[in-house]
Amino acid sequence: MMARALRNGVTFLRFNARRSTRLFSTHTRPEIENGIRIAEFPGAKAPYVTELNVLNEKTYDPIPIYRVLDKNGNVLISSEEPNIDKDTLLNMYKTMIQLYQMDKILYESQRQGRISFYMTNYGEEGIHVGSAAALSPEDLVFAQYRETGVLLYRGMTVTELVNQCYGNHEDSGKGRHMPVHYGSKQHNIVTISSPLATQMPQAVGAAYAYKRQPANERCVICYFGEGAASEGDAFAALNFAATLECPVILFCRNNGYAISTPSSEQYRGDGIASRGPALGLQTIRVDGTDALAVYNAVRRARELALQNKPVLIEAMAYRVGHHSTSDDSTAYRPAEEINKWTTEESPINKLRLYLERKGIWDAESDKAFAKEARNSVVRSMQEAERKQKPHWKEMFEDVYYDMPPSLQKQMKQMEEHLKKYNEKYPMNQFQPE
Amino acid sequence: MALKSSPALLGMLSRISQRAFSTSRALTSKPVTVRDALNQAIDEEMERDDKVFVLGEEVAQYDGAYKVTRGLWKKYGDRRVIDTPITEIGFAGIAVGAAFAGLKPVCEFMTFNFSMQAIDHIINSAAKTFYMSAGGVPVPIVFRGPNGAASGVAAQHSQCFAAWYSHCPGLKVIMPYSSEDAKGLLKAAIRDPDPVVFLEDEIMYGVQFPMSDEALSSDFVLPIGKAKIEREGRHITVVCAGRATDTALQAANELAGKGIECEVINLRSIRPLDFDTIASSIARTHHLITVEQGWPQSGIGAEICARVMESPVFFELDAPVWRVTGADVPMPYARSLEALALPRPNDVVSAVASVLSNRIAGEASN
Repeated sequence: MMARALRNGVTFLRFNARRSTRLFSTHTRPEIENGIRIAEFPGAKAPYVTELNVLNEKTYDPIPIYRVLDKNGNVLISSEEPNIDKDTLLNMYKTMIQLYQMDKILYESQRQGRISFYMTNYGEEGIHVGSAAALSPEDLVFAQYRETGVLLYRGMTVTELVNQCYGNHEDSGKGRHMPVHYGSKQHNIVTISSPLATQMPQAVGAAYAYKRQPANERCVICYFGEGAASEGDAFAALNFAATLECPVILFCRNNGYAISTPSSEQYRGDGIASRGPALGLQTIRVDGTDALAVYNAVRRARELALQNKPVLIEAMAYRVGHHSTSDDSTAYRPAEEINKWTTEESPINKLRLYLERKGIWDAESDKAFAKEARNSVVRSMQEAERKQKPHWKEMFEDVYYDMPPSLQKQMKQMEEHLKKYNEKYPMNQFQPE
Repeated sequence: MALKSSPALLGMLSRISQRAFSTSRALTSKPVTVRDALNQAIDEEMERDDKVFVLGEEVAQYDGAYKVTRGLWKKYGDRRVIDTPITEIGFAGIAVGAAFAGLKPVCEFMTFNFSMQAIDHIINSAAKTFYMSAGGVPVPIVFRGPNGAASGVAAQHSQCFAAWYSHCPGLKVIMPYSSEDAKGLLKAAIRDPDPVVFLEDEIMYGVQFPMSDEALSSDFVLPIGKAKIEREGRHITVVCAGRATDTALQAANELAGKGIECEVINLRSIRPLDFDTIASSIARTHHLITVEQGWPQSGIGAEICARVMESPVFFELDAPVWRVTGADVPMPYARSLEALALPRPNDVVSAVASVLSNRIAGEASN
């Protein structure tokens, strides 16, 4: 490409002057370490060797997966058990149950044609509550679309989420987005963007804005899937996080599937984590079905991020549900495979067994809370269906900061039209002025 | 830049500078290049507001591939003038995210041809987030850089994106012509709460225009969405923007010698489009042509034609409207063909002659 050549020319010219002095000094004082000569290329400081080595993904051991709990909810090594108070632990667990119940009911409501679209979070609840509990509520969240547990944990209510899915006048997004594309300024959650992975460089940019603030105490967390990690945006985000040294946690939920594409077809290296050290990022790989392990990982990551050391976390999980309501996953994976992850490796079961062992939860409270959680969703849904749609004037708002004259004119025309033909329209379905 | 300054280009630059002097009205004030006017605008806005910062490839120590950001890195340092890795999709996304978080990024594309890699961030994120967040998240951002054909850089580096970006609601699209335009509009773009695509022209960077004391002051801001009548005339309205304004003004000069007075309207802003100025001019001249460097199909001229047809000013026309545009081909590399693929003053002269004599020729106007 012409431009690339031109740019290289530009860069080359710029570095030429500097390099000549550097070459000169290297020439007179060659760097020797332990008898091995270290090359001083601007792009790499590495030893010279005389043996030709070809590296591949098997040259390195796979990055190990950090876990705290076993599948029965036992702490494997007591020193790794996080010190989380009882209320927080119960809040984490209850959020998982609330999310599970909400997913079940809203998924069904889509099947019944009440809403146009839905995405469940089954199998990834541990990632949501583990990471959300380890963050400060002031930290900014860029979610992909399967992190609803983070939103619930932050304090968004079932009613708020259901209102968004129904796009009624109480939806803070004014009914403009597809269902599950939530956002809340109050809870520091950036409105979810539909195109895959666009949130990744944007999160790094927001983190850069935080970095500029004196005595910054906020970081940015950006969630994405292992499929999104194949987008060009993902590479750009990882590289820019490293080069700009931003307070950001790039959190990959590797749930094994991107719609129907298994991770074995998505990449050939050692998952997403292996890209971290390659780009100069602090890197952690964690068991995403273990909420406590995720909590420890994100806590540590947050400490690093606030020192402007960006972190890549890869949480290994399994997407138990279908990709979305537009998908039937039994077409491309066996039911037995799914079963394993809904029983012995279920994040909900693991945390429940841990809480029961600690004596702060039992079967009875579990049953009661599941019922309560279910009822609150059903109630919210019934109410959401009855709520009016936003005022019709809202459709002209927010395209520009100040409404341009062309839109003002159209709005006025519509106003006059509605005055004249009021009875031809279902005006009672819309919010009055 | 040094690589691009072929003798042909330098020749063209000097020719344009001479022309610019001959066509401008106020000769009393100080001559300033478009490049320096842009630089002043960014510098003054960075001085005025700590939230404004510049990012892009080679914008810092190297002073920008076309030296528009000259001296800014020295003055403001790494915190506010950021050299990025070569990833348009990356730094455009960084800029959008920084705007979400309250900063005011000025994102330089080395040329707008490379913005295609980043167009998702511009269209799907910058342009739509204010709306999709129900007015919660404004995106005050400027995407700027040279647009359109330069000289001898062939099909992949010679396109005008005015029509592309102006297609999308949520964006504002600005195309300056003179130094005054460049400064006043870039300052307005940086202060604007909406995302702005600011389309400059590589050939115009080195061209000097006189700037008044008023335009040189740090308070000088031009309104977005207002066209400028560069030359008044009563026979025909010529609507243009950016470097095409230079082409139109040259043609107008030539036609004046033949007794034909053109009213040349420099749009300055493509979106919002100042249709009122166009319409009231047509009501006086009853004839219209448009001049642009972009392709004809779905172009700026096509949009203006459609708006005329849909408005009462259509009945003011005494002849059909003609468009003078770039040729409907990938830009040829051959110098001779390249010159023919862009609107020349002569094409404007013949289009004016045809429209005024109401000759609807079978042949296309370039």
